[in-house]
Amino acid sequence: MTDSNDTRSQMPLGLAQRGYTGVIQHLSAGDAGSALSDIELESRLIELGFVEGARVEVLHEGLVGRDPIAVRVDNITIAVRRREAMAIIVA
Amino acid sequence: MELPLLHLALVGTPNSGKTSLFNALTGSRQKVANYPGVTVERKEGFFVTPLGRQVSVVDLPGTYSLRGRSPDEEITRDFVLGKASGETVPDLVLCVADSTNLRLTIRLLLELKRTGRPMILVLNMFDIAARRGVTVDVERLARELGVPVVTSIAVRKGGTADLLALTDEIAAKLAAEPQENSWRALSVAELRATQREADRIIADCVSLPSRPDTWTARIDAVVLHPFGGLIVLALILFVMFQAVFAWAQPLMELLNSGFDALGELVHATLPAGLLQSFLQNGVISGVGSVIVFLPQIIIIFLFILLLEDFGYMARAAFLMDRIMGGAGLHGRAFIPLLSSFACAIPGIMATRVIDNKRDRLTTILIAPLMTCSARIPVYTLIISAFIPAKEIWGFINLQGLVMFGLYAAGITSALAVSFLIKFFMLRDYAPAPFMLELPDYKMPRLKSIAIGVYTRAKMFLYRAGTTIFSMMVLIWFLASFPQPPAGATEPAIDFSLAAYIGKALEPLLAPVGFNWQIAVALIPGMAAREVAVAALGTVYAIEGGKEAAEQIGQVLATKWSLATALSMLAWYIFAPQCASTLAVIRRETGSWTWMAVTFSYMLVLAYAASFLTYNVAVALGAG
Repeated sequence: MTDSNDTRSQMPLGLAQRGYTGVIQHLSAGDAGSALSDIELESRLIELGFVEGARVEVLHEGLVGRDPIAVRVDNITIAVRRREAMAIIVA
Repeated sequence: MELPLLHLALVGTPNSGKTSLFNALTGSRQKVANYPGVTVERKEGFFVTPLGRQVSVVDLPGTYSLRGRSPDEEITRDFVLGKASGETVPDLVLCVADSTNLRLTIRLLLELKRTGRPMILVLNMFDIAARRGVTVDVERLARELGVPVVTSIAVRKGGTADLLALTDEIAAKLAAEPQENSWRALSVAELRATQREADRIIADCVSLPSRPDTWTARIDAVVLHPFGGLIVLALILFVMFQAVFAWAQPLMELLNSGFDALGELVHATLPAGLLQSFLQNGVISGVGSVIVFLPQIIIIFLFILLLEDFGYMARAAFLMDRIMGGAGLHGRAFIPLLSSFACAIPGIMATRVIDNKRDRLTTILIAPLMTCSARIPVYTLIISAFIPAKEIWGFINLQGLVMFGLYAAGITSALAVSFLIKFFMLRDYAPAPFMLELPDYKMPRLKSIAIGVYTRAKMFLYRAGTTIFSMMVLIWFLASFPQPPAGATEPAIDFSLAAYIGKALEPLLAPVGFNWQIAVALIPGMAAREVAVAALGTVYAIEGGKEAAEQIGQVLATKWSLATALSMLAWYIFAPQCASTLAVIRRETGSWTWMAVTFSYMLVLAYAASFLTYNVAVALGAG
């Protein structure tokens, strides 16, 4: 990846605030605590375009617990709960 | 020479415009049914190509992959692989893509290619893509993918001409190139590799605009605002309910008086007797009492399809997800449950927007607890007869408060039941995490909406003509046989099987304060809840029936205790008093079991609630 990634610390997308922009570094389904199995969660995230290198931006947040979040992934918008978004490591 | 029927299958991600392409290809020549044994809707349509080839096309459930993680997606996978029972292997698979958003579809297509089925990639909504500044090198894309690519604008006249021509061309040489199926479920690593491959191909062949759709961003700024969004949602719902209750009213009254007039005509032309009673009370008023809901069903589906087509439904689910999630409901259950306030039948039909089986089933099971419009006549009758119209605390009308309480009891118990289902019944089913694409907004297309509404209305009428009709005939039979002996002075229903059943049920219903007359009224009330009002009138031998609702109220006030009246109200909150709803549940879940489950749990709740209400009321001196 590019140098700029080293200057920003990595974090799960599940903790990102509205307006956050970043690039997906890797997926870590084990950290999410989702009801889905790790493989299933990772597969679903990839199927919705959450792959390494994709640009993400947090566009909107829900009212209760600022959850779920609407995330721009390259050129589509995906709604996910923060719990599942914990599996997406961004920087 | 007659060419053999060509079988096409439409595959694509959700929101790819698959359904509008399906509608554009087939018009109203569509058949909607269920796949055997599952709750998945099977949509098949027919058209003729320019070269005169007869084509059958199946619109498969939207999917992001062939993994088959839900019953819908399993159907798509099995269908493409030719493993779906009783289905023909498709001769040609049309993989439909939203041209503004190719990433996920190209990945799906790379996976589909492994099945070896002949395939075309259809770049749908090509006009929108062009307007947004997306340019696609179609020839290069076809070369890189190794699959013919064609552009289409499903919503425009002639927008599918290229697709039709290509279909003819490919159909002519189909048999020449049979291919092996090398598909197997992809591992995570393979999935990732395919997505990278797809991204590489897109980078080579497609140039994307630098900025996202500005209209979508502007609308979402308001519609997905944490507070503003909920206000917009409330406004939309207000208009929707206004439409369902107020706009549908004149049409419903028109239908009602139409059926009444038809009944009168039959009454006047036929000699008094069984045939007259069967046609007037069994067929016309029975089926009529269901068909009057047609305007409400059309209006609800008009709203649902408009909002879905526009792209708002996914947003409503986003806004409501956490709020409903506490009770174990999916965000998408919101609209079906709201529709159930009008009538559980369109509400249950609308659960088709929920793609997860568990979530859909939960929603279907609790939908009948929402206070439907058919309960209103019963509530109004009893409240006006027993609850004094006095003001409490100076500004709250007691009758209105009781009405509100009945609605609140319905909602609260629905949430509680959903909560219990989540914990006890469907525990082993992996809950669907909320992961949903929020598509860019699109102008809804009238033709596509019209076809959708027409299909639902046709299904509803078909059902009214079959399942519901047979229920009505059965209930008429019970209420009419045996006939009263000549010279009898009591109402005819006293001699019927219904009365016999009513009297047999009386010991069972005595603990909740019901007499045999109520038990009898509950039986025709199974046809439709509000029929119980007319039935009570008949049983208490009141002249005038429906029109004399106030008079029935006066009679009830003298014959029932307050405890019985309150018990009756509690009963109506929960009781599975609607044969049509049960028939729809049976059809939508494809199983008698779930219909029986709904019937039993509602009956148990009704009995418990009435028992409690009656005994508490008696203890407080209202017996």
